[in-house]
Amino acid sequence: MLSRTAENLFWIARYIERAETMARLLEVGARIALMPSAGHGYRSEWESLLQASGTAEGFAEKYGDPVQRNIESYLFFDRDNPSSVVSCIERARENARIVRTALTSQVWDALNMAFQEMRQLERKARSELELTELTEWVNRQAAMVRGAMDATLLRNDGYHFLNLGFALERADNTARLMDVKYYVLLPRLDFVGGGLDNYQWQTLLRALSAHRAFHWAYGGEITAAKIAHFLILNRQSPRSLITATETAMDHLDQLARDYHKSGPAQMRARAVLGELSETRVEDIFEEGLHEFLTRFIREIGELTEMVQHAYLSGEAR
Amino acid sequence: MSNFFNEMYDGGKVREPYARLEGWTRAMPAELRQMKQAEAEALFRRIGITFAVYGEGGDPDRLIPFDMFPRVFTQFEWRKLERGIKQRARALNAFLLDVYGRGEIVRAGKIPARLVYQNEAFERAVTGFVPPRGIYSHIVGIDLVRTGPDEFFVLEDNCRTPSGVSYMLENREIMMRMFPALFRESRIEPVDGYADALRRTLASVAPAKCDRDPTIAILTPGHFNSAYYEHSFLADLMGVELVEGADLFVEGGFVWMRTTEGPKKLDVIYRRIDDSFLDPLCFRPDSMLGVPGLMDVYRSGGVTITSAPGAGVADDKAIYTFVPEMIRFYLGEEPLLQNVPTWQCGKADDKKYVLEHLPELVVKEVHGSGGYGMLVGPKATKDQIEHFRLKIEEDPGNYIAQPTLALSTTPTFVEEGIAPRHVDLRPYCLVGENIELVPGGLTRVALTDGSLVVNSSQGGGVKDTWVLAE
Repeated sequence: MLSRTAENLFWIARYIERAETMARLLEVGARIALMPSAGHGYRSEWESLLQASGTAEGFAEKYGDPVQRNIESYLFFDRDNPSSVVSCIERARENARIVRTALTSQVWDALNMAFQEMRQLERKARSELELTELTEWVNRQAAMVRGAMDATLLRNDGYHFLNLGFALERADNTARLMDVKYYVLLPRLDFVGGGLDNYQWQTLLRALSAHRAFHWAYGGEITAAKIAHFLILNRQSPRSLITATETAMDHLDQLARDYHKSGPAQMRARAVLGELSETRVEDIFEEGLHEFLTRFIREIGELTEMVQHAYLSGEAR
Repeated sequence: MSNFFNEMYDGGKVREPYARLEGWTRAMPAELRQMKQAEAEALFRRIGITFAVYGEGGDPDRLIPFDMFPRVFTQFEWRKLERGIKQRARALNAFLLDVYGRGEIVRAGKIPARLVYQNEAFERAVTGFVPPRGIYSHIVGIDLVRTGPDEFFVLEDNCRTPSGVSYMLENREIMMRMFPALFRESRIEPVDGYADALRRTLASVAPAKCDRDPTIAILTPGHFNSAYYEHSFLADLMGVELVEGADLFVEGGFVWMRTTEGPKKLDVIYRRIDDSFLDPLCFRPDSMLGVPGLMDVYRSGGVTITSAPGAGVADDKAIYTFVPEMIRFYLGEEPLLQNVPTWQCGKADDKKYVLEHLPELVVKEVHGSGGYGMLVGPKATKDQIEHFRLKIEEDPGNYIAQPTLALSTTPTFVEEGIAPRHVDLRPYCLVGENIELVPGGLTRVALTDGSLVVNSSQGGGVKDTWVLAE
């Protein structure tokens, strides 16, 4: 397949995943903001959300103070913010339009409908739109796109590039979502495991639609260690870092099989997964959650560059 | 309106090809019609067929208005047209092969040398080169208008990259989805063989150096182009790659595509970009759309470019007047389709006539397209006419004029119900190992009452075009 086509497919998936993360971030923010915070007040929580989504600078330039309503606008509707939900959906659809020939009509329909509905949402008065409605709408659109891909696409290289996009973006995004938690509550030892701390962790689970799943998997008391395990090291959890990494590796391996050629990207994915498999929750807290996540985000970034170089840049010989 | 030939009603009687449609419209109440119209629009939008109008900005997702009232030809009418169209396509290709070769037609004094060799569209870079099978124009779009039961005129030839064929195919698809009963009752020739025929045509002109099943790709300027939908649609139907210039590179005398598995050799390029953008080394050095070195590969037989670079010299509006002459010269036949009488403002006598009769004439730029830079005398204001008078005086060679034709009308759904609107027709003739023409084409309709301009960039719409089986 054309390298450019592969790149477009890869980015369709990344933008959809990112749109969903943005919506989930907003939900986390709104819920955490309802809670009395650990001494920093309302303002720092939203600030932390911007930090975690990597949009703090752009926001500050445009709006200054992080007021909830402005943050909602910036993360959802603002086209000046390249990571806003609206920007992501628009670009996902534009990428899809470019590679229409590589998609089934069901997948195109799902992406195009999301775009058309979004334009209607944009025309509505903001006062008529509830944040939860908006985030649910995004989750629903993302689910339809994924569903159409899963149900109708040939399992060829294009399918693997799409799924690589989802997996790498998800690995990055879950790590960033967890990092919000870090920003909200600086990991002082005496807070870890306290009542408030747990409530905030739970909020994170809810935002990931993983609240129930967590209880099924662990039962009993919610502790920071269990949640960290669930979101980082549990292979059953669909959003955990290890699951996302493993999914990326699987699709890289299938590409290597299809193309009869393996390279540095496959090796790197294997290395990242190997390390995660041997990590214990205690190791993570010892290193520091923030430090661990920062390192992981960097590693995924490097892996993404290798994928780019091997398949998407057109430089492959 | 009585001066115009109405393709459905002739002297109060319904003409034969439209007999079934009479009942169909009678049985359709206004509400149903509006519902269907909305359904059609939703379908078009969902499929994503949109048309961005050059230079207008605005909504890039604008739809070309689709009129549900089909335009119908009988088998007999069509056969006649078909013969005329194929004849013309053969003559145009013979002309191109000739003018890039020995130039017999010029030597014979049938066409002035100046019009050919000083033509902007004449490509010096390909003189003396004979493309595979000697074909330059593989997809010929011939714009036709009708003025009476048996009177058809060729308005212009499009030898480079005529667009609009996706509408021919999608209009049919949507009509069949919305009105299946109509298609059961009437026997209508299918048009969906077009993509296969196009693929066959392209494969049949693979370059000499290609020794296997040729790899074909459509070269598009990119997704910002107004016809991008069509490019991707055709690539999809043919099962070939849709490439941009940046996806290709030249090495070792061949053209390669950049793929996820490394370079893949490309044999036939159906380009949808202009000559001047094809190769920055050969034509415009600032072109970002093309492929450096492409023309060298082309001239050494490593790749086929369709339509061949230089094909534009045959569809120029000044050359147009000589097409009947070409048909006689190369084929030894009389033209089956008539040209519209044309005055060349470059000739003193013609110019004089044109300037005296501006209010009755249609004036066009020689290289203009899309209905831009055009004067429709009977519809123009005094100011517009005076403005054109100055333009013609300034650069007479750049203008031609034609009588205002009494374009036929077909019934069209409008706000108030059904009303006659003017139409034209663009069939797409394929020239490769064989010359093929799918029974149908794109009918464009001027949706404004009385308007004679059917271009989609000027508010025209489209219709499904039927050829009835016997």
